Amino acid sequence: MADSVLAPAPVALPTAGGSPPRPLAAFWYAFRENRGAVVALGIVVAIVLLAALADFVAPFPPAEQHREAVRVAPFWAEGGSTRFLLGTDDLGRDILSRVIYGARISLFIGLSVMLISVACGIVLGLIAAFRGGIADTIIMRLMDLITAVPGLVMAILIVAVLGPNLFNTIMAVTIVYLPRYVRLVRASTLGELNKEYVTAARVVGVGTLRLMFVTVLPNCLAPLIVQGALGVSDAILEAAALGFLGLGAQPPTPEWGAMVGDGREFIRSNPWIVTTPGLAILVTVVSINLLGDGLRDALDPKLRRS
Amino acid sequence: MFKFLLKRLALTLPTFLALMLLTFLAIRLVPGDPVEVRMGERGIDPVRAEEMRHLLGLDQPIWKQFVDYVWGILHGDFGTSLVTSEKVLTEFAALFPATIELSFFAILFAMVLGIPAGILAAVKRGTVYDHALMGAALTGYSMPIFWWGLLLIMFMSEYLGLTPISGRTDLIRFSVEPITGFMLVDTLIAGDKGAFWDALRHLILPAIVLGTIPLAVIARITRSSMLEVLSEDYVRTARAKGLSPFRVVGLHALRNALIPVVTVIGLQVGTALAGAVLTETIFSWPGVGKWLIESIARRDYPALQGGILLISSIVVLMNLLIDVMYGAINPRIRHGR
Repeated sequence: MADSVLAPAPVALPTAGGSPPRPLAAFWYAFRENRGAVVALGIVVAIVLLAALADFVAPFPPAEQHREAVRVAPFWAEGGSTRFLLGTDDLGRDILSRVIYGARISLFIGLSVMLISVACGIVLGLIAAFRGGIADTIIMRLMDLITAVPGLVMAILIVAVLGPNLFNTIMAVTIVYLPRYVRLVRASTLGELNKEYVTAARVVGVGTLRLMFVTVLPNCLAPLIVQGALGVSDAILEAAALGFLGLGAQPPTPEWGAMVGDGREFIRSNPWIVTTPGLAILVTVVSINLLGDGLRDALDPKLRRS
Repeated sequence: MFKFLLKRLALTLPTFLALMLLTFLAIRLVPGDPVEVRMGERGIDPVRAEEMRHLLGLDQPIWKQFVDYVWGILHGDFGTSLVTSEKVLTEFAALFPATIELSFFAILFAMVLGIPAGILAAVKRGTVYDHALMGAALTGYSMPIFWWGLLLIMFMSEYLGLTPISGRTDLIRFSVEPITGFMLVDTLIAGDKGAFWDALRHLILPAIVLGTIPLAVIARITRSSMLEVLSEDYVRTARAKGLSPFRVVGLHALRNALIPVVTVIGLQVGTALAGAVLTETIFSWPGVGKWLIESIARRDYPALQGGILLISSIVVLMNLLIDVMYGAINPRIRHGR
């Protein structure tokens, strides 16, 4: 962020004997300049751990209904108990447990959307840049078409056609976010293709596939990683919006957006049913975005937000 | 300039054709027979079903159906709702002003707060103000707006009782003839001051909710654009001349810094229309977003098809308009292509 620009350039890297620092060490040195990003990294790691260890950490299974304890308040509020730390919902399900299991679903959605769309984006972007001509036109016009429809509206159309469930949510959000990766890969590949090392590789007789994935691609990775990190949080938000509208993960899946949507009618009487899962979305998305900003500052100085 | 305009217009034509193909194919992919959907659960006798099929053109080859679909759209026929038997275009046109009104005030709210916030953060770069404003912007940018809307309802409407919970106006107390469809304009035409204030009060929360993400985006882009401009030579010259900081920032820097901001604001129109789906659902705002979601629930596929095509076309046209405007402000763009 701002102070990282004002800070002295990392001249005195902690290396001995003048040898260049290992890439990871150099990356970490640049990354920790941004304190917000380091904190965010900590939060993201904590959320990932909670998601991974949900079976051990969560007090109850996410769908278990306690019929004798419906809409119990959180422990600090009147009528709350320490048995259900964050209270229960209208079906007597422990909200803390559902939020913890929900981390699993949201992270799964975010990561799978990012991985699939980055993978497809790399392939399509490389084809568009290398082949040019008709292939380029078809791919890019298709991407223009996807961008022409507002993101959520496109996702709604896809889910309405395919039917609402977790898998189709991932499909829909992947399609919505595909164009940005395709464009990014295509643009940075086109930039690389004019450089001498590519010409040299061609002269030596390197095959197209090797040229694409081994010679050129690694040089386009930095902006892609940054965009990918920010893409995870966008995907989580988009999927949560679909869940809220009832077009995403279906009950009793403890998806955060769906939890907010299902609890809507209790916003007056039992607000904690709505506030907790929404707060989980916000904290996760803010942390991933901060982390993405930090990655950008560290990996890609050209893109640095001044 | 005219040539540039024609070129840009020609470039969008394939997009429109592709949009029509997309919506046409998407609805064909929906499982279930449209005739059966229309006839309900009980089923009908086969002769009648065949008649319906013929009436809907479903017995034609698929390419012919598409040509008919495009032909219909070119003549303003976006299909007929299965539920209300009303023309989709008629329904859309009746609801769209509500969405425009909401989106307009959302973007206005975002601009009025976002641009000064971005300028302040840039001028006070690295200070507490900068960090606080950019922290707030990051939070706004990451906000699940459907949840934000519910929080605001809970706090502002339920707890403080400041604003109404939902709808565009208090239907029991005020009835205003819909002339333009814009509630604020209609109440003014009717000369009903009470109704006008009531409509404005209904507009506040939805506009804030819908404007939150655009606000964050505008603040961020204004800040970075302003920082870039502030380091330019002519700003230094202006400072060296001894102009007041207010004049330097407000006059010399701001004018140039606003060019990228204008583009971003234009791009936010698409975001606002998509966000309207959520905002209208939360606030029971009778616009096209809520109508779209209800169409899905009612399996009213022609409405969904026509609605999505119309919304997307409007976004494409808006982007075209911004592009052309941008070309008009900035000659480098126009001649660069």
